[in-house]
Amino acid sequence: MRNPLRSEAEAYRLLGVVIVGAALIIAAAYINTWLGVAVAILVFAGFGWWLMHDPMPGAADAPPVVISGRPPGMHRVLVVAPPGTESVTVPDGAEVLVVVPALASTREAYTGAVDGRRDDAEATAAALGARLPEARIEVGADDPALAVEDALRVFGADEVVVLGDDGMLDAIRERVALPVSRA
Amino acid sequence: MYLFIASEIMLFGSFFTAYFFIRIVNGVPWPTPPYHLPVFVATINTFILMTSSATMHWATTSIKRGNVWGMRAGLLLTFLMGLAFLIAQLFEYMRAGFNTSDGAFPTIFFCLTGLHSCHVFIGLAILAFMTIRAWRGHFTAEHHHGVEIGGIYWHFVDVMWIVVFTTVYIL
Repeated sequence: MRNPLRSEAEAYRLLGVVIVGAALIIAAAYINTWLGVAVAILVFAGFGWWLMHDPMPGAADAPPVVISGRPPGMHRVLVVAPPGTESVTVPDGAEVLVVVPALASTREAYTGAVDGRRDDAEATAAALGARLPEARIEVGADDPALAVEDALRVFGADEVVVLGDDGMLDAIRERVALPVSRA
Repeated sequence: MYLFIASEIMLFGSFFTAYFFIRIVNGVPWPTPPYHLPVFVATINTFILMTSSATMHWATTSIKRGNVWGMRAGLLLTFLMGLAFLIAQLFEYMRAGFNTSDGAFPTIFFCLTGLHSCHVFIGLAILAFMTIRAWRGHFTAEHHHGVEIGGIYWHFVDVMWIVVFTTVYIL
């Protein structure tokens, strides 16, 4: 599901959607009141559909930008390593981004009390960074699928490798149109 | 963030419930004669607020690209337009020709638009701090979370205005 207030750009897009919806309702209501009601129902249904259909990162956006100084065409691997991961096997010759999601409980995620979880994730990221000097290591969102989504916006990966459990693997597979495998 | 959205939906939802109850269930004419709503002024105000969202987006996009002066200009313009909206809203209240004691229509009109104005006021306070911080060089292309969060709030306030403007002034 799309969170329309997740970023400034998403919120700005929401404003555009709301303006278009309001304009349609006003135009229809000026023609006929009941037509306005019908259009309002359609607009609300469309808005619900828009909220439910999150864009799938990796489905359409090819990686046209070379993020690092490495030559284009190099195989890029996004590794998802939960906090506490001690080692990650990096494929030879690949450009690797390791994302450590700041996994939080439902209560912590809803109340935004994720500082402690971010500390755990940062400690894991620091430890992995010391062992993998050639890989980029980042801390991600509390939801692993969201962390992958965020990482894919700036790192055009060819595949995603998950070190977490089945639930994490399935959640990421649902959101990402890229090959997702378990390490 | 989800708790914030939920609380805002409940807050505005309660006022909109009162609005729909008064207008549709009770069948109170909107606006109740002999009063008139200043639709023209509100439309101008709407354009001002929507333009302020565009400048807010410009500010955020600028700092993401490392353009500090673009961000500063965007934030300052957003603040000024937000302030213009609020001042115009105050003049609209003073010249409305009705007060909360004049019946259900004026009461819910002032409640809905007043609630939104409170949000604009809070947004202006946030924008003021953001602008000061921007001039002090607190934001960079890598670290601009403060601009991002303020931008989200400002767009949310504008989204709510579209809903209020459409239901209260136009329909």
